[in-house]
Amino acid sequence: MEWLYEPWTWAVAGPLIGLFVPALLLTMNGKLGISSAFEHLCMMLIPTERHAMFSFNWKDNGWKVYFTVGIMLGAYIATRFFSSTEVAFLPEHYHSLGGVVTLFAGGMLVGFGTRYANGCTSGHSIFGLSILQSSSLKATLSFFAGGLLYTFLSSIL
Amino acid sequence: MKNFVYVLFGLLFGFVITKAEVISWFRIQSMFRFEEWHMYLVIGAAVAVGALSVQLLKRSGARSLTGEELDYKGKTFHKGFVYGGVIFGIGWAITGACPGPIFAQIGAGETPALATLAGALVGAYLYHANKSRLPH
Repeated sequence: MEWLYEPWTWAVAGPLIGLFVPALLLTMNGKLGISSAFEHLCMMLIPTERHAMFSFNWKDNGWKVYFTVGIMLGAYIATRFFSSTEVAFLPEHYHSLGGVVTLFAGGMLVGFGTRYANGCTSGHSIFGLSILQSSSLKATLSFFAGGLLYTFLSSIL
Repeated sequence: MKNFVYVLFGLLFGFVITKAEVISWFRIQSMFRFEEWHMYLVIGAAVAVGALSVQLLKRSGARSLTGEELDYKGKTFHKGFVYGGVIFGIGWAITGACPGPIFAQIGAGETPALATLAGALVGAYLYHANKSRLPH
């Protein structure tokens, strides 16, 4: 059982992630996706009279806030009880005031971009590609174009 | 009861993406620098299994536990898929987190990720406040 406590290989983790597509469809006719939870969380934080602007689809996305609560719990359990060593997921330099400002700015791009693109890596790159959607392929290629461009520019500047 | 099932699915998903380290800024950097194949292989294997499952479900005519026909409808393309996609990609490279992993990083005890989440909520709000002025 030692492998359980080490980082998992792609050959185990990838297929398990893929199985969420049929599992969610079969149990609740749900489509894997996370970023619409941002809208739901926004609605929980702002006055009711402004909710209309989100045109939030409750039938398809109402469950996702519960899903994100579960993600936090799962990550907590994985790092607290199923990890042989302490693993850092963010670099040291983000544990500073400047780092937090950078993460906030980057987070704004994540929130704005995923809602503008109507989906994220789960919704487009996993679910959308699994149902062979060309619109999700275009979105996925755009995600990588943005990430590669930024990484390239930040390495030469 | 239903809500408990949603939390349970999230818990399993959060556990797997954390053990796979796809929530790691370092893994995202290595992916965009083509230093290791881990992320590409995780995503590739997930899509392969997801696509194969969907084909099997379609052929078997399976229904959901709710009794409905399974809904495989995709999303209608508009220009935002490209513009928003590129904007998100830049944010992904900066924060080392796409939406699911933001929540996982927080659960894993990376407190700075709370700033990423706060930014993401502001970003989602700003999109909706300005969407009529953006090309779609």
